[in-house]
Amino acid sequence: MKNARNVALTIVLFCSSILVWEVIVRAFEVPTFIFPAPSQVATALWRGFASGLYQKHLYYTLVETVLGFLLGSALGFFLGTAVALNRYVEYFFYPYIVMFQSLPKVALAPLIVVWFGLGLKSQVINTALVAFFPLLVNTIVGLKSTDEDRMNLMRSLAASDSQVFWMLRLPNALPFVMAGLDVAMIFALIGAIVAEFVGARAGLGMLIQSMNFNMDVSGQFSVLLILSIVGLLLNRCILLIRRRVLFWDPSEKERLERERVVI
Amino acid sequence: MEAIAVQELSKLYPTRDGSVHALQQISFNVSEGEFVAVVGPSGCGKSTLLKILAGILPASKGEARLRGTPITGPRRDIGVVFQSPVLLPWRSILDNVLLPIDVQRLGRDRHLKVAMDLLSLVGLEGFERHYPWELSGGMQQRVAITRALIHDPAMLLMDEPFGALDAMTREQMNLELQRIWLERKKTVLFITHSIPEAVFLADRVLVMTPRPGCIMDDVQVKIPRPRALEAMNFPEFAPYVHCIRARFSAKGVIDS
Repeated sequence: MKNARNVALTIVLFCSSILVWEVIVRAFEVPTFIFPAPSQVATALWRGFASGLYQKHLYYTLVETVLGFLLGSALGFFLGTAVALNRYVEYFFYPYIVMFQSLPKVALAPLIVVWFGLGLKSQVINTALVAFFPLLVNTIVGLKSTDEDRMNLMRSLAASDSQVFWMLRLPNALPFVMAGLDVAMIFALIGAIVAEFVGARAGLGMLIQSMNFNMDVSGQFSVLLILSIVGLLLNRCILLIRRRVLFWDPSEKERLERERVVI
Repeated sequence: MEAIAVQELSKLYPTRDGSVHALQQISFNVSEGEFVAVVGPSGCGKSTLLKILAGILPASKGEARLRGTPITGPRRDIGVVFQSPVLLPWRSILDNVLLPIDVQRLGRDRHLKVAMDLLSLVGLEGFERHYPWELSGGMQQRVAITRALIHDPAMLLMDEPFGALDAMTREQMNLELQRIWLERKKTVLFITHSIPEAVFLADRVLVMTPRPGCIMDDVQVKIPRPRALEAMNFPEFAPYVHCIRARFSAKGVIDS
């Protein structure tokens, strides 16, 4: 009952804010190229999808985001594991990792375009670069945070190093790895859009930029709308995987409790 | 042959200013099937002793033998129960119990029934599909005991296993442990800082001094088994507790 009331309230609030926006834009005759009305954004959205333009660019951006995310997080995970497990790798690699970490990775985008051109490869590399670090850092921290008592237990059972890794350290690191994936997913979308800004033949980021040159502000608003929905959906995917994998993690249950906002 | 034979065992921990003597020339024997409790104040090196016997920690000097062979590392014929249950949260109760089987590759299928029998022995039948966080502290420690017994080790090393439990659960667990021990007849080395607990459970109580830890007394407890909790009120119980406490008072461990 209370739930239904809340849903109704949310819808009413949303619709009225859209209405107020529409009314203000019309009443003050705000030019479309400064701030479009919701109706104009909706028209742009419909036109974009009807012509097939948005689908094409959306697909391109999705492909580079997902590919870059997979590539970057996989590399981050494996290098992170190597650093956590091997003292020599840690000794020789860690200084570079720390150095690179403080660098805004998107600043490398122009260089990557120079090296790899305007094609998909360039955007995927840029996205992967951004998604790489959250996984790297979290995997290292996760694998190194193994509880001493649990280590003693495994040792008392005469477990081999590889058994300690598979049965204890890896599952123990999973909450950290999943948190890393969460961040990497958001970063990947940012990386993809910035890469498209810098130079690409397709994608929603490129579309935003070309619309900007043409003063098509309602078009830009409609693409922003698509991007926020894409971001939300990608984030939900990670959340679903996370709940599946970390069903045993007490902090995960707390998180679920916190997310449920009760009025 | 003695189940545990410890000879002039010492352990030094290096620190910034010199080294700390945790154990000093400890010697004692435990016979096969005997229940021996080690009681001493905090920081007397009880846990260090257990870790050395479990093969997790190397000794500095002296020698410890389990069933005639010197301890060089972890071995498969012992079961260890730690202060906290140390259950792995991502494993179900059954999988936690089967951890030693998985590690030592003894064949899950063959031990499934053993695990179920042990779980019912400690009163946890029906909980095998549950996860650790769904169990109370006492139940979790029972799972830990089950895990220590699953690969049928000849001896159990227990490091203050009931220290974190409330007084009532603790008494209950003492009874349970006695029942399990009477049924399985393992050699048990039980570390505790509770004198009544040590007297209630053990055939022999080794009394340790504060750091550097060494054994100052070896008390035979001649109360018939099975001992009920009421045994703590029997006239023969009090003298044991009193005698051990007196040893500590003489050393200035217990202020009174």
